[in-house]
Amino acid sequence: MDAGQVEKAQSLGLLTGTDSLCPAVLFSPLRLLVVYPWTQRFFQSFGDLSSADAIMGNSKVKAHGKKVLNSFSDGLKNIDDLKGAFAKLSELHCDKLHVDPENFRLLGNVLVCVLAHHFGHEFNPQVQAAFQKVVAGVANALAHKYH
Amino acid sequence: MVHFTAEEKAAVVSLWAKVNVELVGGEVLGRLLVVYPWTQRFFDNFGNLSSESAIMGNPKVKAHGKKVLTSFGNAVKHMDDLKDTFAELSELHCDKMHVDPENFKLLGNMILIVLATHFSKEFTPQVQAAWQKLTTAVANALAHRYH
Repeated sequence: MDAGQVEKAQSLGLLTGTDSLCPAVLFSPLRLLVVYPWTQRFFQSFGDLSSADAIMGNSKVKAHGKKVLNSFSDGLKNIDDLKGAFAKLSELHCDKLHVDPENFRLLGNVLVCVLAHHFGHEFNPQVQAAFQKVVAGVANALAHKYH
Repeated sequence: MVHFTAEEKAAVVSLWAKVNVELVGGEVLGRLLVVYPWTQRFFDNFGNLSSESAIMGNPKVKAHGKKVLTSFGNAVKHMDDLKDTFAELSELHCDKMHVDPENFKLLGNMILIVLATHFSKEFTPQVQAAWQKLTTAVANALAHRYH
């Protein structure tokens, strides 16, 4: 994927703001488990996922959400070579975790929604377009080594 | 038929009551045309769509966005019967407008994102989940009469 300079600056600017990864964004993967409940099947060992409140307060989910977002953010540092950056994670998700790659797109959707929610009108159409391109690129990169 | 719980219906209805259909509708359609530029092909006679500001300020885009979101308001009133509610529109989009049904999912995502930017307090994970379910169901209803 070849993101333009403007797109790079905009995408990175949001994710590496003054708080680095701010909590609301950091915990956006938790919303995945609420909004798309079937994704909970990958996290059976995480304890209580019985309600939206239980999920959003679950410490294992939060820890894992942070890990996922940190990995996303690291990958963005190599925005010109997302397939290379996510190659190992792609193999892991295919060979060990057996995650349907459609779920990467769902996580991308949730992330975009959370950013929109957090940044409000600052998340204007141009920034949204850049970010949608980025999350699609990451989802494709994570699916790239599937076989 | 998609089953919505009482809580999901309440979440949808309470947020919908606060939506300025004209403002949000215009923004939803505008963002669709910016973020997914190929969708502009359906709106060749709308005038200037050459830049983000042109699209977001275009009066025809705003008017049509209002029309689309007003129609979506029917979904909120008929959550138990979406396929019938959208039957005619489904036929129209297939037979006359030749719209790829994938675009209905994209529009649904735009609705969620615009709601997220406008409603920082109300757009909780539960509300996001209910709205995600509704937009997906409307997209399916709009695709239902395709042949």
